[in-house]
Amino acid sequence: MGTDGVVARPVAQLVRAGLQLGRRRVWEELELQIRAGEFLAVIGPNGAGKTSLLRVLLGLSRLTSGTVEVLGRPPRRGDAAIGYVPQQRAFEPDLPLRGRDLVGLGVDGHRWGLALWGAERARRVDAALEAVGAQAYAEAPVGRLSGGEQQRLRIAQAIGGEPRLLLCDEPLSSLDVQHQATIVRLVADLNRRRDMPVVFVTHDINPLLGHVDRVLCIARGRCLVGPPQEVLTSEALSQLYQAPVEVLHVRGQIVVLGADMGGHHAAAAGGEAG
Amino acid sequence: MTSLWHYAFVHNALLAGAIVAVVAGLVGPFVVMRNMSFAVHGVAEVGFTGAAGALLIGVAPTTGMLAFTVLAAVAIGLLGVRVRERDVAIGATLAFALGLGVLFLSLYTRYANEAFNLLFGTILGISRQNVEFSAVVGLVTLLALAAVYRPLRFSSVDPDVAAARGVPVRLLSAVFLVILAFAVAEAVQVVGVLLLLTLLISPAAAAELITPHPGRATALSVLIALGCTLGGIVLALYKPWPPSFFISTLSFFVYLLARLLGPRLGARRRSVPDGAVGARPFV
Repeated sequence: MGTDGVVARPVAQLVRAGLQLGRRRVWEELELQIRAGEFLAVIGPNGAGKTSLLRVLLGLSRLTSGTVEVLGRPPRRGDAAIGYVPQQRAFEPDLPLRGRDLVGLGVDGHRWGLALWGAERARRVDAALEAVGAQAYAEAPVGRLSGGEQQRLRIAQAIGGEPRLLLCDEPLSSLDVQHQATIVRLVADLNRRRDMPVVFVTHDINPLLGHVDRVLCIARGRCLVGPPQEVLTSEALSQLYQAPVEVLHVRGQIVVLGADMGGHHAAAAGGEAG
Repeated sequence: MTSLWHYAFVHNALLAGAIVAVVAGLVGPFVVMRNMSFAVHGVAEVGFTGAAGALLIGVAPTTGMLAFTVLAAVAIGLLGVRVRERDVAIGATLAFALGLGVLFLSLYTRYANEAFNLLFGTILGISRQNVEFSAVVGLVTLLALAAVYRPLRFSSVDPDVAAARGVPVRLLSAVFLVILAFAVAEAVQVVGVLLLLTLLISPAAAAELITPHPGRATALSVLIALGCTLGGIVLALYKPWPPSFFISTLSFFVYLLARLLGPRLGARRRSVPDGAVGARPFV
């Protein structure tokens, strides 16, 4: 482990981690320490195992080799200390579920029995709604809200469980640029003000630039982690992809040529999503 | 005509109707949320075969019905996970089961009436014993539903996040199928196999058009189911047409009314215009 009191204990740690799903080797020899309070972006092509990494941290998938520790213990299913923000998806417009109900699911939806009205529950829902600035549409049916509004509620839902680690699985996909920026600012704000470590899976690194501390790129079963200026270079990515990759800086945006960076997900089509 | 109110069969009908309506009203919102109308139909038709088979071997049809609906629910749960896969599996199974049902009924030649009753309901012919059966099955259903209510709701409306939070999504979908099997076996006594959706879909669908509040929508679904069932039974006392006809007509008109009025109520639901989020500077 090598924690010696000077360095804060890592939030999560994977050592020589390997994952195999069925007969497919997703990644091998993954070495990763998620540091206290850090904002880590995860990029890589579709099927590289970004969501699988989150599933391992959530205790939903087991490593086939190596070890993983989250918040000082092996991951376990349903760990209330981990918040999860999913991809935006469509809700039926008439679904009887209001903004505050979606957030409420994050507070106690996983518990057995009936939902009871409690002052404590209401307080937590209100606090989460306020933290993301979603009070104005808290009473509106979720299915009639815009993608940006829904994703804001998703963040409120995740923090409603009062997590100590936030995992975001492509929360920006299918949002327009403006809403992407809003959601990223919101997550970055939580990360800074609450010192909440964030793992943010994305297929476009650009909305996150200026906010992330480090980038983890997973491709071809291997990975590379470091500050954005070290990972997002032609040399580093060419080596990882084992193919010529060109990283261009165009008007403050990064464009990666020659490497599949994922994207164009068919929402909810993936059998292992979640 | 008012003298009809003194008959035991009327009391039995109203009592069983009320129990069934409460169960259907509470289960209905989950059927709608989970897009399971077709599963309801499938489970019911397999139940029909169970009831027909029970008649053939001299067992109470309600027992055969319940045994087969639970069996069908387990089979559906095992056969298909995704909606499309599930619907195909249900279609194949129910067609086979109905074929068997027809055979059983043709072998059981004593009462042709029984088939009609199973398909369209027998609420006015319900016995004290049947009422007790309904009460027990209804109570079991409600207790099971209460035990899994919160995580079932979570995994019905938001399966990905529910799974991430450790909710056993697949187990709950199997549990719900069994709950549904119980509810179906109950409701068949009142409206019959072919008119089940009138109690298991229409009230919940109407309720969700009227309010987005989950608690109120569920309460409303129960009230509508109760109103239509009891109303239908009472109407059938005054006009000798089948109570199933009255119940399904009432519930259809409530649904139509909700469709007409729902959008107007919905217009007041949104307090923020679209796009306000992006336009407002944040933190």
